[in-house]
Amino acid sequence: MEYVLIVISAIFVNNIVLSQFLGICPFLGVSKKISTGIGMTGAVTFVMVIATIVTFFLQKAVLEPFGVGYLQTISFILVIASLVQLVEIILKKVSPPLYQALGVFLPLITTNCAILGVAIMTIQKDFNIVESVVFAIANAIGFGLALITFAGIREQLDLMDIPKGMKGTPIALVVAGLLALAFMGFAGIV
Amino acid sequence: MNQWNNFSKGFFKENAVFTLLLGMCPTLGVTSSAIDGLGMGLATTFVLVMSNLVVALIKNFIPDKVRIPSFIVVIATFVTIVEMTMQAYVPALFDSLGLFIPLIVVNCLVLGRAEAFASKNNLGSSVIDGLGMGLGFSMALTMLGSIRELLGSGKLFGTIIYPEDYGMLVFVLAPGAFIALGYLIAFINQVKKEA
Repeated sequence: MEYVLIVISAIFVNNIVLSQFLGICPFLGVSKKISTGIGMTGAVTFVMVIATIVTFFLQKAVLEPFGVGYLQTISFILVIASLVQLVEIILKKVSPPLYQALGVFLPLITTNCAILGVAIMTIQKDFNIVESVVFAIANAIGFGLALITFAGIREQLDLMDIPKGMKGTPIALVVAGLLALAFMGFAGIV
Repeated sequence: MNQWNNFSKGFFKENAVFTLLLGMCPTLGVTSSAIDGLGMGLATTFVLVMSNLVVALIKNFIPDKVRIPSFIVVIATFVTIVEMTMQAYVPALFDSLGLFIPLIVVNCLVLGRAEAFASKNNLGSSVIDGLGMGLGFSMALTMLGSIRELLGSGKLFGTIIYPEDYGMLVFVLAPGAFIALGYLIAFINQVKKEA
């Protein structure tokens, strides 16, 4: 039951993009087409789950026993940056089709604050390892849901007659605001 | 004169938020009040200036291939310093900024300036560039924070302007951040076109 709560809360109520403001850069940057949105979601899901598991053990096995909790930020970002490189190299060798699909998005992920954000939130919420993995997957789904919905709207938006001054980023931000307003309807479920 | 241009470009011509669209996460996440926006802006400015300074000093010793990881370590060091200092001296601000303080590490603005400017220019101009960019970012965050605070809760920097009951609550919540920033960018674009 508690897993269901974690999942619903992460996907709908506290959506990582629309209510926590993490991962806005890819949300605005790669949301022009649905297909790139799907690719980005795949890459984020992949890295987010692996990064959360690795940083979880780093925190519990290294930082806490040695009492160096203040190194959390610096060690997490280093681990995530090298992990992304590692994933890129392994994917290239093991599964070229998957690399073809996700390759261009991987370098962008290092500076995606959603990854580091989820890793830090997992520690702050004091989850165990299973809860952490569930939390990471749910957040990745929430990210995908917001990104793909937004990409769908933006594809339609290209055909619309928009006031000149609002074209491009401004109208995209207002649409994102309305989407966030819709997601606020989920508040109070959990 | 040249240095002045270098400093002032961060405010208008190459403003991080309005023109380059960098560092959007903290821009939207911490601007529910003007004071939070200003605090976040100044914390980012400190990290930006210091990381530009160090990167400009060590740029000749770093092999090209490990450039980005080295920059990230430098940035993360200063973020940790800011984090601990704020926790000690301004705990209230530290609590309201929360997760976004460690996330300065992944603010594309900071890494972007290190890579695009400090790794190619000398010490003096790098520091001035960092200061200009950082203060421009603070200005944008403070503007957005003031607008949201004024419309949402009828206050400005905590001073009551009109009774809170007449405020539009949505502007201090998540959707208001997107909508206010959207209109602000449209407005700035218009001003720029006329200028």
